Amino acid sequence: MAGFDPWTALIGGALIGVASALLMLLTGRIAGISGILGGCLASGAPDRGWRLAFIGGLVIAPLIGGLFGHPLPLPEMPANWAIIVAGGLLVGFGTRLAGGCTSGHGVCGIARLSSRSFSATVIFMLAAIVVVAITRHVLGA
Amino acid sequence: MQTALASFACGLLFGLGLLISGMTQPRKVLGFLDVFGTWDPTLAFVMASALLISGLGFSFATRRARPLLAVENLWPTRTDIDAPLVLGSILFGVGWGLVGLCPGPALENLASLSPRVFGFVAAMALGMVLHNVWQGRSVGWSNSGGPVESPLDG
Repeated sequence: MAGFDPWTALIGGALIGVASALLMLLTGRIAGISGILGGCLASGAPDRGWRLAFIGGLVIAPLIGGLFGHPLPLPEMPANWAIIVAGGLLVGFGTRLAGGCTSGHGVCGIARLSSRSFSATVIFMLAAIVVVAITRHVLGA
Repeated sequence: MQTALASFACGLLFGLGLLISGMTQPRKVLGFLDVFGTWDPTLAFVMASALLISGLGFSFATRRARPLLAVENLWPTRTDIDAPLVLGSILFGVGWGLVGLCPGPALENLASLSPRVFGFVAAMALGMVLHNVWQGRSVGWSNSGGPVESPLDG
C-alpha cells in the first residue's frame, strides 16, 4: 500500500471524468487515447487537428502540473529494451484491434454502460494481472 | 479552431488527472495489477471517480441533440463482443502488464524526455500502424476512400 492516497486518486479520477465528459459535450468525441492516436496515424486521416491538439494538451500537462506542485515523477521503466519494445508493440496493436484502451473502453465505454467495453476491460485487466503474477511471483523478476 | 482549443483543454485536464492521481507512474499501475503481492488500490479509486463523473456527463450529453462545437455526437455504435475485441484486449493486457503503461500515460510521460519512454511510444505507434496496414489489407478500406470514422470504441 506504499504511497496510497485515496484523495489524490479520487481528485485525479474526477479530472479524467470531467475531461471525458467535456470532450463529448463540446466536440462530440470519445476521449479514447488509443483511438485518438491511432486516428492520427491512419493514412489520409481527415481530422488530425483535434487529435493532435488533445495529445498536445496531454503532453504539456506535466509542465502545468509542475507549476502547481505536481511535477511529473520520473517513470520507472523496465531495464530490458526488448520488454519495452515488445510491450509497446502489444499495447499499440492490441488496443487498435480491440477498438480501445483503458480510457476508451475502461472509462468512457463503461460510463456509457457498454457491455462490449465492460468485457474488454475485464479481459485486459485479467491478462495484465496474469502477466504481473508471472513476472513478479513465478519468474521472480 | 474552437474544436482544437477545446480538445487541447480536455487533453490538458485529462493529463492533470493522470498526473495528480499518480497514474503516470508505471510502478503504481503495476502495484494495482499485482493482486498477489502488496496491492495498491489507487487505480480502482481513480477509475471509480472517473466513471462517476463521466457517467453523469454522458447522461447529460445523450439528452442534448448535438455537441456545442460540432455537428453531431459520435457515440460508438458497436455492441457485439467479437474475436478481435477479445484477442486485442488480451494482447493489450499483456503489454500493459509487462511495462505498466497504457496509451495515455505513455504519451504524457514523453514530457519526462526518458529515452525508454520514447522507445515505448515509438513501438506503440508502430503497433498501431501495423494494425492499420493489416486491417487495410483484410477489408480493403484503403481503396474505398480512406479510414472509416466510427465504429471506434474509443
